[in-house]
Amino acid sequence: MSSRLVVLFVPFVVIAAFWLMARYEARQRHDPTHKGYFERNGMLLGIMFIFLVSLWTLFLVALPYLYMVVESFHPTLRPLERGGPNDVLTLAQYESFFVAHTGEGMNKVHIGAFIFSILASIAVTALNFAICYPLAFYMAQSGTPQKVRLLMLALIVPYWVNEILRAFSLRLLLATKGLINNVMVAAGFIDTPIDFLGNNVGLYVGLSYAYLLVMIFPLYNAIESLDKNQIEAARDLGAPWWRIHKDVVIPYAKPGIASGCTMVFMLSAGSLAAPQFLGGPRTLWFTSVIYNFFFQNFNWARGSAYAFILLAACIALVMLMLRLFKISLGETIK
Amino acid sequence: MSAGVELDHVTVRFGEFTAVDDATLDIKGGEFFSFLGPSGCGKTTILRTVSGFLDPSEGTVRIGGKDMTGIGPNRRPTALIFQNLALFPLMTVTENITYGLRVQGIDKATRARKADELLNLIALPGQGNKQMSELSGGQKQRVAIARALAVQPQVLLLDEPLSALDLKLRQHMRNELRTIQRMVGITFIYITHDQGEALTMSDRIAVMNDGVIQQIGDGKAIYDEPATAFVASFVGENNPFAGMVAQANGSFALIETKFGRLRGRNPRGLKQGDKAILFVRPESAKLAPGSADTTFSSEVKSVAFEGNMTHVFLQGAGKKDITVTVGRHNGASIPERGSVATVSYDAELGLALPEGKMARE
Amino acid sequence: MKSAWVMRGMIGFYIFLFFAYLFGPLIVMSITAFNTPNYPQAYPFESFTLNWFVKLWNDRAMMEGLRNSIIIGLGVVAVSVPAGLAAAIIMSQIYHRARGLFYLVTISPLLTPGVIIGISTVIFWKDVLSITDVTKAVFYKGIILAILGQSSFVSAYCLLIFMARLTRFDRAQEEAALDLGASYPQVFWHILLPFLKPAVVSAIVIGFLSSFENYNTTTFAILADKTLVTVLAGQVRQGTTPALSALAVIIISISLVGAITYEVIKRREQARADLAQRRAKIAERAEVEASALPATSSA
Repeated sequence: MSSRLVVLFVPFVVIAAFWLMARYEARQRHDPTHKGYFERNGMLLGIMFIFLVSLWTLFLVALPYLYMVVESFHPTLRPLERGGPNDVLTLAQYESFFVAHTGEGMNKVHIGAFIFSILASIAVTALNFAICYPLAFYMAQSGTPQKVRLLMLALIVPYWVNEILRAFSLRLLLATKGLINNVMVAAGFIDTPIDFLGNNVGLYVGLSYAYLLVMIFPLYNAIESLDKNQIEAARDLGAPWWRIHKDVVIPYAKPGIASGCTMVFMLSAGSLAAPQFLGGPRTLWFTSVIYNFFFQNFNWARGSAYAFILLAACIALVMLMLRLFKISLGETIK
Repeated sequence: MSAGVELDHVTVRFGEFTAVDDATLDIKGGEFFSFLGPSGCGKTTILRTVSGFLDPSEGTVRIGGKDMTGIGPNRRPTALIFQNLALFPLMTVTENITYGLRVQGIDKATRARKADELLNLIALPGQGNKQMSELSGGQKQRVAIARALAVQPQVLLLDEPLSALDLKLRQHMRNELRTIQRMVGITFIYITHDQGEALTMSDRIAVMNDGVIQQIGDGKAIYDEPATAFVASFVGENNPFAGMVAQANGSFALIETKFGRLRGRNPRGLKQGDKAILFVRPESAKLAPGSADTTFSSEVKSVAFEGNMTHVFLQGAGKKDITVTVGRHNGASIPERGSVATVSYDAELGLALPEGKMARE
Repeated sequence: MKSAWVMRGMIGFYIFLFFAYLFGPLIVMSITAFNTPNYPQAYPFESFTLNWFVKLWNDRAMMEGLRNSIIIGLGVVAVSVPAGLAAAIIMSQIYHRARGLFYLVTISPLLTPGVIIGISTVIFWKDVLSITDVTKAVFYKGIILAILGQSSFVSAYCLLIFMARLTRFDRAQEEAALDLGASYPQVFWHILLPFLKPAVVSAIVIGFLSSFENYNTTTFAILADKTLVTVLAGQVRQGTTPALSALAVIIISISLVGAITYEVIKRREQARADLAQRRAKIAERAEVEASALPATSSA
């Protein structure tokens, strides 16, 4: 287990480095307004703040991640074998993602699931954006504060219903014996029920449905701060409505759009409930693969490796998108 | 009880920028002392240094003779009235006023009594339970003052307290503040960019520019005997005539300017060849010829009738016009626009000062 | 103009569709809660019944899940609200260069897929708590791990809420309190915390709700225990009765009541603020009139 325990020391080293840098900077810049940290907060409060924040950043965030990453570089071991001679650093788990377990050829199943999840998430993000943009624009531009507040409330209330129940309710609608099919068959529009769930229609509907709120808020905030006079000016100059959006509103709202899309994409890719309940029997969502490694195979090391691959891919994609649309990371975090 | 404030070669630097440069002065206990200057001149920095929010980079601040180095704002015998008042919005009028007593641990009954006393002093009797959001601008001012007086400071510091009020109220509050100061008897240190305020309220004034104290004196001294070109041009209106000293004898000097040779008092001992500026106040100038070295002519650009006064604007040496202000029943005839007028002044009322930076328009 | 009417019509239709999409499934689900068939069905509607609500009440697993969810929610709030507050205060005092990294680390749980948080929590704490047998027996429990896992991102929510409120804080009040003789801790308790009170309330409510409805992280961290949400997930997967729909109806009703209460409170606050403003205006006018009169002695 010793290779794993090394992880425990890394954050402490980083903190010590930062503390030294801070002392050095304080000595360099003679700032007449600078008051020491313990002076400003008192000894008791100062210690409490540092304790709470360290507990959070170290023990709830940094160390668990690092530990999981380290775990992914270890072979799958039974509990007794841990710490023993077989417990070495290895790339075997990552290899298993690319290479089929027979040893020949690519791991089509898992790679396929991975690519499908990423592409589907991108599609869901685009769909979600198309649905939310008009409403966000309408709310931001033409609402009185009361109307906006009511609309906000109307948007939030459905989200207090748990995501599981929401996925369930969509299933009620879309299943072969669900409401839509029942009504359509009874009305005579179709003869046999349409398999919404098997065709993944249910999945897309469910995923876009799940994260509407996450997209609307950043969009609304971004568009709301746009000076209405700019739109008036553009209209005055004779621009048709689609050009107004393309040239005035969207470039201005880019950070908000980036923020919303990033969150929706990452939530979709990492989603567990919607794919589990709304996906067809043939579709395999990457997060479900990870879930199975944990609960069916008890292969934590492999699950960690796959989880890390998912995280890395998501981050890489998001950074790529930001670079492509020329937005800095600082702007999106609002 | 009031205390004097001493600044002993105080310099305050922020990185490369010097906000206050070697300020030395001695404010007497019980005085109403003002710092006057344009924004950015360093007066706010001095105030914050005296109250303890800034440490001087060099020099010492002494209050009541005691060295205040290293003593924080909560332990100094000063109270500060902030520019935006900084009243506590979640507390009532009484809670605001008695906050300083509450942190000292004084019991509720005593605090209530003190609050009533002060509410009477500031003419808001019985209004203790009001919220800050229910008060007018002037009422908030007075609550801020009461809050500061409650802790019985030896020095009260005021940061442009009247700038947010409208004109009539401002003039009313000027009198109120002066009255309160006389009644309570503590040292007031007041900063402002409005010279009218400084002149009417203060015992003494320090004029500042770019971090440097230009002159310290009472209102008359600052107005009639400015020490530098900045003070002459900042306090009140003044006509500058730039040039070089052609002759200097005794207490007068003759300056060669674009308008010929003009004579004025020479209190700073300028010598022949020095670059100098001759200052003549608009009200000191007459629209009539005088002796040769106190008369000049120029074209009248415009005339402005302001009721009790008339201002005549004449073409100056550069961009700035020459202003002559004539009282209503002065008897002089006002020249027409476009005509050339002759202007003169009493040599006693002309002032020659060394060339220097003047106030921005 | 005709195009304006068409536009208006299209916008109205779009909004109708949007909210139909949003509320439709929920309305349908609510209907099935009152329908007799064993499988949730809205059409055809056979007959009205309240049976499913009774079944819900008697469902042992659900009740246990509910109890655990509440315990975890309270635990998460107890950890996250102070942590978020501490981080917000430190963030406002820290040097610029360190602030960026600090922000990144504290916000990262919000961007991380919940499954990864759940996995890393279990893997890490299992080994850490296994150092001694006692710690493993006492602390390696689903409820505790769920609290730890959820707190990582709920603290981030709290941090954002506190930061937003802190930026609106007038630092001059802090200085005024110091100037009047308060010590730094007194400034914190008397001035800063009362100002932050609305944010504390928001943080508690949002923190609890986020914890209560969390699935992705909790499903890994909860080990062998259950929360209401994991019980739900299990039932949905295995096939279910309209008792679930009944639960949805209850939750929706509670949300509606909550929303209405919130709106009422906000309206009352607004009315109070308007009244105060009107009083201030009256005082202003009286003052201007008084100052126009010749000056008299003030005391």
